[in-house]
Amino acid sequence: MNCPTNLTYSKSHEWVKKEEGSVLIGLTDFAQSELGDLVFVNLPEVGDSVTAGEALGDVESVKAVSDIFSPVSGTVSEVNEELLDHPEMINEAPYDAWLIRVTEVTEEEELLDAEAYEAHCEAESEG
Amino acid sequence: MEKVTPLYETHKKYGGKIVPFAGYLLPVQYPSGVIAEHMAVRNTCGIFDVSHMGEITCTGPDALKLLNHILTNDFTDMYDGQARYTVMCYEDGGCVDDLIVYKVKEEQYFIVVNAANKDKDFQWMKEHEEGNAVFTDISDSVAQISVQGPKAYEILRKLLSEESFPEKYYSALFDRDLKGIRCAVSQTGYTGEGGYELYMAASDAAAVWELLLEAGKEEGILPCGLGARDTLRLEAGMPLYGHEMDETVTPLETGLNFAVKMKKEDFIGKTALTEKEITRTRVGLKVTGRGIVREHMPVYMGEVQVGMTTSGTHCPLLGYPVAMALVSLRASAIGTKLTADVRGRKVEMEVVKLPFYSRTRKA
Repeated sequence: MNCPTNLTYSKSHEWVKKEEGSVLIGLTDFAQSELGDLVFVNLPEVGDSVTAGEALGDVESVKAVSDIFSPVSGTVSEVNEELLDHPEMINEAPYDAWLIRVTEVTEEEELLDAEAYEAHCEAESEG
Repeated sequence: MEKVTPLYETHKKYGGKIVPFAGYLLPVQYPSGVIAEHMAVRNTCGIFDVSHMGEITCTGPDALKLLNHILTNDFTDMYDGQARYTVMCYEDGGCVDDLIVYKVKEEQYFIVVNAANKDKDFQWMKEHEEGNAVFTDISDSVAQISVQGPKAYEILRKLLSEESFPEKYYSALFDRDLKGIRCAVSQTGYTGEGGYELYMAASDAAAVWELLLEAGKEEGILPCGLGARDTLRLEAGMPLYGHEMDETVTPLETGLNFAVKMKKEDFIGKTALTEKEITRTRVGLKVTGRGIVREHMPVYMGEVQVGMTTSGTHCPLLGYPVAMALVSLRASAIGTKLTADVRGRKVEMEVVKLPFYSRTRKA
């Protein structure tokens, strides 16, 4: 499984990349592989606030819809609009296909490092 | 506890993602994914394990009379090997199931029913047996593999002699020899593409599956799961029991008039179908707004709810989402603008002609 070590991860399979003054949020390789071919993404708009542990949007594969949970609380400062027309980019390169950038982060969920996240995914696949 | 089909171990071997469906453990997709599997069927060939379907025989001197009484279609003028799609109705006109009846020969019929309905169907059939005719459930001893796509014939021809192919759509040849394995070859399918369905003994299914994959290697044959089976049938505008019809929906509302012979003397459900006024009908919807409209979503014309969606998905070949719905007649004209309530968000749709995709009407 592909889990870059420069990222942190939520148990609900989002990745978080910390940058100067903001964070990028995306879906992990495990998430995209479990979801299958993605055909639709619904994302918040710039200026919306997101709350740690609550849905920030959803993704749809051919078969089903799944919520995307926000690992942090803050304000959306940028949205990857390209994904709206090309959701398959998440399948192709999950760690390049960031969903949103969040600034003014006030709270974050307990996030896992790559090693702990990998163990979490393994446990989930066996369950 | 779910049952497995004779191909369960084969699915695992090829990386099938196993899910419970209609009481069986079946692959929803293989590593290639739903979209690639869907496109394989449209462009080359895909194979499906449909062994979960139920098979029931009807035999005896009164078999024809019995079938004509409990089913909506008319089976009188069939030739040996011919297949006919039909509905089985309750007295009130609701659907017990939709099924396919093959005439094997005089006094001998082979019936294929939906997996989820098999026990209910068989019980209904047994309760309505009359005269000298008997229904027998042979589901557990029969496996079925569906071979679909424009290259299906070419691939199967490597395994079957020319004389093994039924000449016409919706007909079958029984007792054919596929590399030493006895099977029935039927020119039928549920994908909107040309192809064949093979019936064989459960114990031969894995061997046939491997032979097919090997024979179709060059053409790019793919094993396909339930995911692609659903997107293919939806794109082709085909109804599915439990979605476009069920015990509360009549076949006339679903638009299956071609399979309901109202001129037939009598059959179960005829009185109700004759008397009941039709106020709603099945329509095809093209999603013109943003989002995917799935089943069980309320459909509105303006502010007024006019029905519910029954199925919906993103169509891999067409490249846009579609849905089917049961709506009031006044909302059913081609071109009518409707919306669906998708988890609190209104998504625009337009009533379009069914099927969404037809292989004989390629764009």
